[in-house]
Amino acid sequence: MLSHLRPALVLLLGFSLLTGIAYPYLITGIAQVVFPYQAGGSLVMRDGKVVGSLLIGQNFVSEKYFHPRPSATTDTDPNDATKTIAAPYNANNSSGSNLGPTAKALIDRVKDDTAKLHAENPNVPVPGDLVTTSASGLDPDISPAGADFQVPRVAKARGMTEDAVRALVAANTTPRFLGLFGEPHVTVLALNLALDAAGK
Amino acid sequence: MTLNGWIQIAVFTAIIVALTRPLGGFLMRVAQGDRQFLSPVLGWLERGFYRVGGIDPNKEQSWLTYAVAMMVFKGLGFLLLYAVLRLQTLLPLNPAGQGAITPDLAFNTAISFLTNTNWQSYGGESTMSFASQMFGLTVQNFLSAAAGIAVALAVIRGFSRRSAKTIGNFWADMTRITIYVLLPLSIIGALVCVWQGIPETFTGTVEATTLEGAKQIIALGPVASQEVIKILGTNGGGFFNVNSAHPFENPTVLINVLQCIAIFALGGALTNTFGRMVRDERQGWAIFAAMALLFVVGVGILYWSESHANPAIASLGVDPSLGNMEGKEVRFGIAQTSIFATATTDTSCGAVDSMHESFLPLGGAVPLVNMMLGEVIFGGVGSGIYGFLLFAIVAVFVAGLMVGRTPEYLGKKIEAREVKLTMLAILCLPLMMLGLTALAVVLPGPLSALSAAGPHGFTEALYAYVEGAANNGSAFAGISANTPFWNTSLGIDMIVGRFFVMIPALAIAGSLAAKKTLPASAGTFPTTGPLFVGLAIGVILIVGGLTFFPAVALGPIVEHYAMNAGTLY
Repeated sequence: MLSHLRPALVLLLGFSLLTGIAYPYLITGIAQVVFPYQAGGSLVMRDGKVVGSLLIGQNFVSEKYFHPRPSATTDTDPNDATKTIAAPYNANNSSGSNLGPTAKALIDRVKDDTAKLHAENPNVPVPGDLVTTSASGLDPDISPAGADFQVPRVAKARGMTEDAVRALVAANTTPRFLGLFGEPHVTVLALNLALDAAGK
Repeated sequence: MTLNGWIQIAVFTAIIVALTRPLGGFLMRVAQGDRQFLSPVLGWLERGFYRVGGIDPNKEQSWLTYAVAMMVFKGLGFLLLYAVLRLQTLLPLNPAGQGAITPDLAFNTAISFLTNTNWQSYGGESTMSFASQMFGLTVQNFLSAAAGIAVALAVIRGFSRRSAKTIGNFWADMTRITIYVLLPLSIIGALVCVWQGIPETFTGTVEATTLEGAKQIIALGPVASQEVIKILGTNGGGFFNVNSAHPFENPTVLINVLQCIAIFALGGALTNTFGRMVRDERQGWAIFAAMALLFVVGVGILYWSESHANPAIASLGVDPSLGNMEGKEVRFGIAQTSIFATATTDTSCGAVDSMHESFLPLGGAVPLVNMMLGEVIFGGVGSGIYGFLLFAIVAVFVAGLMVGRTPEYLGKKIEAREVKLTMLAILCLPLMMLGLTALAVVLPGPLSALSAAGPHGFTEALYAYVEGAANNGSAFAGISANTPFWNTSLGIDMIVGRFFVMIPALAIAGSLAAKKTLPASAGTFPTTGPLFVGLAIGVILIVGGLTFFPAVALGPIVEHYAMNAGTLY
C-alpha cells in the first residue's frame, strides 16, 4: 500500500496540473488568438451592442420577426426563490421539457400551440418543430418548413412581398453538411437580422 | 425514415471500421512502451513522471498489485475531487459566483467522475465554478478514461501471455495513455471544437439585448477543452445542463458527427489492439463484428421509432414528416440523433444530444437495453473490451458444455475459477440495477423525485440505476435526483458497477496469464468465425434479455401500448 503512495500522489498531482490547468489554459490561449470570435461565444453585435449569440436561440414574439421553437427553459421565481417559472430561451439554465410521449402536459401544450399556429396560417399543416421543445431549450434553428409556415405573417407585418421574405429565408438556410449529414436548418437570429437590414 | 438517414448511418459505421486498425496499432505500440511518432516530442514528459514518482516502467506487477495500485490511485483521486468541489466557494475562478456544493452532491459527483460514469445530479452552468470544472472534473475525465484503458491493456496481456506472473505496470500504463493518446487527441480536438464555435473563455456570462429589447444572459466558459475529453474518454459529463444538446457544446452537424466518431473510436480500436496482442487480428475483428452488429440493430430500431411522430401529436393536425421532434435539435434531425443516442449508450459515454426521456417508448428502450447489456458494444474506453471478454468467456464455456470439452479461449483453459469470477462480474450489474430500482419504487420518499406518472415514471427510476451501474451517466432527465437518497444510492450503484467488474476482470487476467497456452487442435472451438460471433451475441442478449425483460415490459413496453391506445398520464 505505502509503496504505491508516492507514484499515486505524483501522477495525481502531476496530471491535475497538466490536464486541469496547463491544458485548458493552453487551449484558451490558442483559441483567443486564432479563433477569438468563436472562443468568445459567436456573439453578434449591432450598433455597438451585443444582441445575442448566433449559436443560441432567442425568444421572438413580435409578428415581424420569425419565431423560434417553444423552449422549456426556466428561471428562479423572483418572488420566491424556492420556485421556478417558465423563462423561454434562458441561456443561463439550459433544459429540455423531459416530458415523455404519454405525458398529458406535453399533449396539452402542443394542442394549445397548434391551435394558435392554425389560426395564424390555416392553409398548411403545422410543422412538427414549431410545436415541440428542443433538447437544449436553446435551439437556434427552425426547419425550412417551419420558416416557410411563418412567411405570410412576417411578410404582412413588414409590408414585404412573400417572395422577398422567402429569398431571405433561403439565404439563411444551412444545407446538410456535405449534402449528407444532419438536416437543413434556418438560424432564426441570423434571419431576423437580415430582415431588419433589408427593411432599412 | 429516409434513404438519406440510412446512408448517414452506413457512412458513420464505415468510418468506425476504417479507424479501427490504424488506431488499434497505435494503441498497441503505446501499451508496449514501443517508440512511436510521439515519443520524440513527449518522451521527456513520460520520463519526468517516472523520475519524480520513483516508477520503474519495466518492473511489472501481478494482477493483485496492479489492482491495489489502481484502487490507491482512485482513493486519492476521490479525496482530491471531493475537496475541490466542497471548497469551490474558497477557490479562484468562480466568475459567476456559484454557491457551495452539499456533501451528498459532492460525494455523488466525485464517485461519478471517478468511475467514468459522469452522471450529473446538477446543472453545470448553475452549479460548478470554472475551478471545479477544470481542476476537478476535467482531470478525472482524463484519469478515469486512462484507468479504463489501462485495465483493458492489463486484461489483454493476461490473455496474450504464457505462464507469466505479471500483467503490466499500472503507473506506466496510466502515464503512457494520458500523455500519448488522450492529451494529444484532446488538444487537436479542442481546437477543432473552438473553430466550429464551442466557446473557450474565462468570461462567466454575457448579457445580450435582443432585437426586441429583452435581456438574455448567456453562460460561457472554457467549454471546448472539457468537451473533447468528455467524448473521447466516454465520460459524458457536460459543461452545461443539457450536455451535447447545448449549441455551445455541439454547435454544428460536423461536430455532432465527430463526437459520434470519437465516442466509438478508442473502444473500437481496442478490439484491434486485443487482436494484435494475442497475435491474431481476426480474434479482434470477431469481437468488433459482434459489437458492430449490435450497434447497427440498436441504431436501426431507434431511427425507425423516432422517425414516427407521436400519434397523439399527429392527430392534432401537426405534420408528422419531421418525426418525433420533442427533445431534439433541428440541426441534427432524427438520423444524427439516433446515431448519437445509440453510440452514447452502447458505450459508457452518456453524453446526450437529445433528451432520451422524450423518445417514443420503444425508442427510449434502445438506450436502456444498450446499457443493460453491460456497455459491451464498443463500450467505455477499456471497460468495453474487458466487459466483452467476460461474455466471450461465457460463450466459449457454453460451447464447451454443448460438446462436452473443457472450454478454451485463445489456447487458455477456462476453468472453475475464471467462470466464477466472470459470473460475479456479470451478475453484480443486474443486482444493482434491478435491486436499487425495486428499493426506490417501494420506499415512500424516493418516488417524489420522479417527474412522470405511470409506466414512464417507472422507466425514469429504472433508467437512473441502469445508467449508474453501467457507468453511463445519461438520464431520463426529468428526474430530480439531487437528494440525499438518490445521490447516495446512485453513488453506491456506480462504485459497484465499476469496480466489481474491473477487479474480477483483472483477477481473471492474472489467472489466465499464469496458464500455459495450448496449441489449437481439431476439437478447438474457433473464436474467429461467424459461429463465435453469433454465440457471443446470443449470450449477451440472453443474459440481458432474461434478466431484464420483466422490467422492460413494465416500463417502455407497457407505455408503447398505452400510447397507441391514446392513454395519457
